[in-house]
Amino acid sequence: MKIKANGFNATMLLFGGVLIAIFLAQPVFALSDAYKENIYNPGVLKPIDSKLKVKVGQKAPDFTLPAVAGGKIALSQYRGKKNVVLSFVPAAWTPVCSDQWPGYNIVRDMFDAHDAILLGITVDNIPTLFSWTNQMGKLWFPVLSDFYPHGKVAQQYGILRTDGVAERAIFIIDKKGIIRYIDVHDINQRPSLEVLITELEKLK
Amino acid sequence: MIKIKYGISIMLMLMILLGGSMGWTAPLPAVGGVLPDLSPGFSLPKPQDGVVIIEIFSMYCPYCQKEAPNVNKLYDKIQASQKLKSKIRLVGIGVGNSAYEVDVFRKKYSINFPLYSDGDFKIHQKLGEPRTPYFIGVKINSDGSHRIFYSKLGEFGDVDAFLAEMVRLSGIK
Repeated sequence: MKIKANGFNATMLLFGGVLIAIFLAQPVFALSDAYKENIYNPGVLKPIDSKLKVKVGQKAPDFTLPAVAGGKIALSQYRGKKNVVLSFVPAAWTPVCSDQWPGYNIVRDMFDAHDAILLGITVDNIPTLFSWTNQMGKLWFPVLSDFYPHGKVAQQYGILRTDGVAERAIFIIDKKGIIRYIDVHDINQRPSLEVLITELEKLK
Repeated sequence: MIKIKYGISIMLMLMILLGGSMGWTAPLPAVGGVLPDLSPGFSLPKPQDGVVIIEIFSMYCPYCQKEAPNVNKLYDKIQASQKLKSKIRLVGIGVGNSAYEVDVFRKKYSINFPLYSDGDFKIHQKLGEPRTPYFIGVKINSDGSHRIFYSKLGEFGDVDAFLAEMVRLSGIK
């Protein structure tokens, strides 16, 4: 009887441990009241769900995408003029993404100090991006839509996930058009601002 | 005896299962209640018979950015008052913000009151994961105990009206 009880307890412990692990895996994020109750929480997602197609040291694939503010922006237009930070985020109206670009919005001086422009990109369409980014205040950087053909640029860079959204990824491209830094981040977490700025400092 | 143990184990399992699947979170700070232990990231200042106003913010939150000048005005008003200066402390906790990010926010808005970093969201979770900005008013009693008298989401609006409300609700002399 004692042996049975111990076996049962061991099973309980194991099962309990798995459940606690599930419990601890709940997503952690702080959400601004700016979005009210309009944020859809997809829960914890597979951290990375794509295979990168570019690497540091190679020329960044060029692209042209429509901007929320109107017109089109090509990566190549910054060649010889500005360093470029591409910030891909998975989707509008989701928790971590909604609290990423507003942070970049108050550190324009840090980008300027490193002669860098920021391009925010998602696979959402323009009307969705318009509504969403309006909640962030006036953004100083262009927001681009990689909606149609769906996720073409994300696909080119190898960061289109199997469910059709982009990874949470940062690419730093220097004035010569060469990729100098890549961070395909855990989709559930916001990349560190400090790391991004440190990488920009290395461009000098 | 073993049946009782089985029963307790199954109940515990169900509680964990329900809690986990429903994403259980701690409750938001309740008026009339006390703050949970927020150490090691933050320890409540203890101005005797005074008040601590805590702003839960994030440098990534547009409303916190918009509210920052208003919160600075509140701090300036408190500092300018001989009566309130020693009674009211204002602090901010940057949830999900590293020390670096909190410092960026401090410099951007020239903030002169203490800001704390809660980079791993531990404090945020203990406080029931409030949206930001969120303001908590805490009255410190003469025996060192405390009581929450204000707990609210969103910008506080008019500075004078908010400060008067803090004084009235806390009952500080």
